[in-house]
Formats: sequence, C-alpha cells, structure tokens
Amino acid sequence: MSGTRLDFHVFAAPPPRVTYSYMKRTVRLGFRSLWMHRLRSLLTVLGIVFGVCSVIAMLAVGEGASHEAQEQIRRLGSNNIILKSIKPPDDEGTSSRRTYAIDYGLTYDDLNRIRATIPGVTVVVPGRIIRQYVWHISRRVDCDIVGTIPWYPEMRKLNLVQGRFFTIEEMDKISNVCVLCEPMAAELFPMDPPVGNTVRVGSAYYRVVGVVQAEAATATANPADAAEKGQETTAAAGASHRMYIPLSAAKHRFGETLVKRRSGSFEAEKVELHEAIVRVDKQEEVLDIAAIITEMLQRERKKKDFELVVPLELLRQAERTKQIFNVVLGSIAAISLLVGGIGIMNIMLATVTERTREIGIRRALGARRHDIIIQFLIETVILSCSGGLVGVLLGVAIPFAITRFANMVTIITPWSPFIAFSISALIGVMFGIYPAFRAANMDPVEALRHE
Amino acid sequence: MVEPSVIELEGLSKTYAMGAVRVQALRGVDLQFKQGEYVSIMGPSGCGKSTLLNLLGCLDRPTSGKYLLGGYDLSQLDDDALSGIRGARLGFVFQSYNLIPQLTVIENIGIPLYYQGRGEEETLERAAALAARVALTDRLNHRPFELSGGQQQRVAIARALVNDPLVILADEPTGNLDSGSGQEILEIFDELNKQGKTFIIVTHDEHIAARTMRVICLRDGQVVSDVWN
Repeated sequence: MSGTRLDFHVFAAPPPRVTYSYMKRTVRLGFRSLWMHRLRSLLTVLGIVFGVCSVIAMLAVGEGASHEAQEQIRRLGSNNIILKSIKPPDDEGTSSRRTYAIDYGLTYDDLNRIRATIPGVTVVVPGRIIRQYVWHISRRVDCDIVGTIPWYPEMRKLNLVQGRFFTIEEMDKISNVCVLCEPMAAELFPMDPPVGNTVRVGSAYYRVVGVVQAEAATATANPADAAEKGQETTAAAGASHRMYIPLSAAKHRFGETLVKRRSGSFEAEKVELHEAIVRVDKQEEVLDIAAIITEMLQRERKKKDFELVVPLELLRQAERTKQIFNVVLGSIAAISLLVGGIGIMNIMLATVTERTREIGIRRALGARRHDIIIQFLIETVILSCSGGLVGVLLGVAIPFAITRFANMVTIITPWSPFIAFSISALIGVMFGIYPAFRAANMDPVEALRHE
Repeated sequence: MVEPSVIELEGLSKTYAMGAVRVQALRGVDLQFKQGEYVSIMGPSGCGKSTLLNLLGCLDRPTSGKYLLGGYDLSQLDDDALSGIRGARLGFVFQSYNLIPQLTVIENIGIPLYYQGRGEEETLERAAALAARVALTDRLNHRPFELSGGQQQRVAIARALVNDPLVILADEPTGNLDSGSGQEILEIFDELNKQGKTFIIVTHDEHIAARTMRVICLRDGQVVSDVWN
C-alpha cells in the first residue's frame, strides 16, 4: 500500500563504509583542513621533526663513535695483553732532588718469567719507547721512537702501507733502519717517497724501510674515554707519532738511561722495557692470564710501576658503554617524541574545539561517530607522519653533514629511520585518539549551536 | 484511499535536566505530517520549537512518546542508526547556512552522500545536478566565503536535497538574509513543494507562515493551534 518513497529499507544502520575510496577522500579532506592552517600545522609538526631527526642523527653519531672506538681496540688485538711501564707516582716528589736515575719499569727478567711460567702464552713482544725529535732536513716531528722486534706489526695488527718492516737480520746487526707511521711519514716527507730516505734523531741517521698505518692509542686504560678518543681519531694519532726501530738499535743508541731535560731541571730514568705485548693462544684465557701476570709482577715490586691494558676487556667495556649510550639516547629520543606528541594533541584539542560547529554540521548530515573519529585521527596521523618523514630526511642528511664538516665518523644503522618513522606514526595514532573521541562524542545539537 | 503519514508523533515529550531544575521542553505533542505538506511551526522563544525540530531531525531522542518516520519507530534507535537516517532520509536547512568552509560548493552539496559511502563520481554528478537546480552552476568550485548569504543558503538547499529526503527541515531559513534573498529562497521552497517535497519550517516570520499550507503554533511545549490555510 505504501508508495515507493515510503518503502525504505535503510532504517537499520548501513554497513561499515570504510572503503578505499572513503579513506582516499578522508585523507584528502585531512590535507585540505591542515592546509587551511598552514603555519599552525607546520609549527605543530616541528616537535616531531626534531624528535625523529635527533633520534636518527644521535644514533648515527653514537654508532660511529663506538664503531671507531671498537675498531681501535680491535686493532690492539683481542688476544693480546699489553704491558706498559709507568713511573710510580709517589716517586715524583723525591726524584727532583736525587741525582741518580730512577730505576723502574718492566725488565727483560719479567718477560722471561712470563714466558717460562705461563703455558698459554706464545709471543712476547718487548719494546722501548723514547720520546725524541725526528728530523728530515729541516722538518721536525716530535715522536715516540719505539724499539721493538720484527714481528711487532702482526701482533698489533698494523698494516704496512709502503715498503716493509725491519727484519730479524737487521735486528741482529743493530742496523739503523726505521719504519714510520703513516701520518708522520706524510709530515716529514710531504713531497718525496719516504722509503729509501733517511731521518735523523740526535746525531744518528736512520734509513726508512717502510711505512705502517697509525697505531690505535693504547693509553685507554679507562673505558669511558675509549669512546671519547674514538671521536678524535685524527687528533689522537697526531699526538702519538711513532717511529719503529729494532730493539737492539734502541738499546745501543739510547742506552738504558734516559735523560729528560726540562726548564731548569733534569731527570734521569732507567727503564729496561717500556712496553711488552703478550699474546694469549685462547681468547677465553685472556682475562685470567692478565690477572696472573699482574699478580706475578706485583709480587716482585714494592711499587706498582707497570700497567696492564687488556684490549678484550676494553672491547667489552666499550660495548657496555655503547649499550648505556643507546639507552640514554633512546630515553632522550622517547622524551622528545613524547613532547612532540603532546604538542600535536594539544593542537588537535584546540582544533576540535574550534571546529565544533563543523562537527555538528557533519553529524547532522549523516556522519556517524566513527566517521568523525576517523576524520580527526587521520589529520593527526598526517601531521605526525609528515613530521616523521621530514625528520627522517633531515636525520639522514645531518650525519652526512657531520662527517663532511666535523670530520667525525657516523654510521646510520639501516633500521633507525624505519623505527623512527614508525614511532612518529604511532605517536599520531596515540595522541590523536583522545581528541578524535572528544570530537565524536559531542552532542550534535550542542555542536550545531556552538559559535 | 488514505495517504500514509510521512511523520507521526504520539505523545512526544522531552525533558531537560538543567542542574536541579527539570525543564519540560515538550509535553506530549501529537502530530501527523503527510507527504507533500508545507508546514510552518511558530511560537514564542522557549516554546519548544527548536526541541521539536531537533527531535524531528533525529539529532536528539525524546524522553517519552513515539516518533514514526515513514511508519518506522525511531525513538529507540541507537546513535549510528539515527546518523544513518539523517544522512539518508532527512534534509536540513539552517539559519546560518552551516556550510563547511574548507570545502567547495560542490563538495558541500555532496557531504550527505559521502557519509553514505556513495561513489565519488556519482556524488559529484548528483551534486552538480542539484547546484544547477538552485542556479549555482557557475559557482561549483567556489568556497562558501566567496558567496553571498543568499547563494550560501541555496547551496544549503541543494545539500538538503541531495539525498532525496522524505522531509526537509528548515530552521529560520531566511533569518540571516535580506528580504530579496529571503524571497528567493522561499520561492525555491514553493517550487520544490509543488514538485512534491515535504517541508517543515520553524519560523518567527508571519509572512513565511502565510505562504505555507499549514501553521502549527506551540506554546509551553504543547500544540495550541494547528490551522490549514
């Protein structure tokens, strides 16, 4: 009986209409609404931009620094234990008044004892270090002259850049040959090839037979500055120029007593060996053997005049430092993204209030609650995602700039931009939910009356 | 043969709680509207006109009584279902036009279809056809603030028609317009009514009431007169 116009079938709620075309239009609408308030949207997004960008950049710098530090430590050899002579600290005061030389440091006896008593130990590399000026014509470099044995580069994992290291024969013959580290060679011989040339130390001349890459600093007893040092590789290498000569030559040319002249006073030291490297066969035994050596050497001495550097331990400490670093960075990043998210939520709440009337109109024209939720949620997600995207671009660009201009190693781990971007999207959803529900739960009558 | 009622109200009441005071905005309104009727609802402010219009427009739910739209009882439906009915079966024309500022004319007209999940092409086609009907074909891509009040109200009318509603509810449709534009709007209403559209207009204006077929007066939430012109 009822006419066609009254024969309606749509009285039940229509089926969910979140189709592709619906989403496409809603996203477009979101862009349009945000574009209406360009400046506001831009400022809102900045929090996320900086958050995401700093996450990526900081991770890249941290990763680069720790990579560099670990690389340096690894170059010391993870199977090695490095022994160094140090001047006993409490001697300092009395030494200036004494006229005779201070006798301290590692001795050949010590090394022999280590070699004889500890089973897992294979090679022991002794070394003497003398700080002197090295000349080539009128060029002068302040450097550590290392008297050592021919297999030193293998132990320290140093690669030869040019020429060769000195040989056992040269060692036996006490030849005046030397091997320079790379930065030092570059400084002394800016124009001509260093190999075949000579350098002068005091009154003695040495023939350069090879160039090796710069050595990692071994003075990193404290793991905290291992990471720091990593950031100043070039500076550290510059500070410790090294020239290698046969141990026998060092003994002959410089004697066992070193005289240091300072303004007004002079100091003599008698040191047999400045440095020794002990290689342990099995990596698991490194830490135990280091403890044994310490105890063994300590028993013979009144004062502690030596120091042990265990690269393996340093490596572990560096890894631990890196973990702490990552946790700290992670929390900073989380906080900055949280702040960004709160900024977005704040603006969205203001927007919802400002657009109360629009919400009322939409509700009157058939928008259901979830239509309103989706609309505002999408706006928030657009904000946070575009912020995230810009942040990722900046965050990837900044490490390059840092490498370029500050000469620091940076490593962008491939997952960090993805993680940072997904977090920014997640923040959009998280901080968009409350404003969106608030918009959706407005009473349509009230909303329409709102001015 | 009796034509069925589009709208039937039986003992419709609405009570608001304003703090401790309970305000009875409507006290048992019984009314029937048939298809093609042209009705105006009058009365002093606070008489319950707006409440009645909100109930008719499914924007609000009655405290008691029945509201039948096309024979279906809507008084117990949930929010989503009411939203669906607003979008599919009702048209609104407001005093202050209520267009959405960031959308163009044609997009504003298409909003109800958008929320019904109609295809984009279909929506634009239908919106363009209705814009032509209110003589706004040359303004399709303008924004609301670029239009005069009369033009904006014509957009609103096109929007109210876009879903082919059972009834068009108008709240002071000429209240913000000068007499010339107001006249124009009323002429469009007259013409649409002649084509069979049902109009319920809430107004203060005697002139509008005089044009309509039926004038209902409310006072204190009750119908005091129901006169056919």
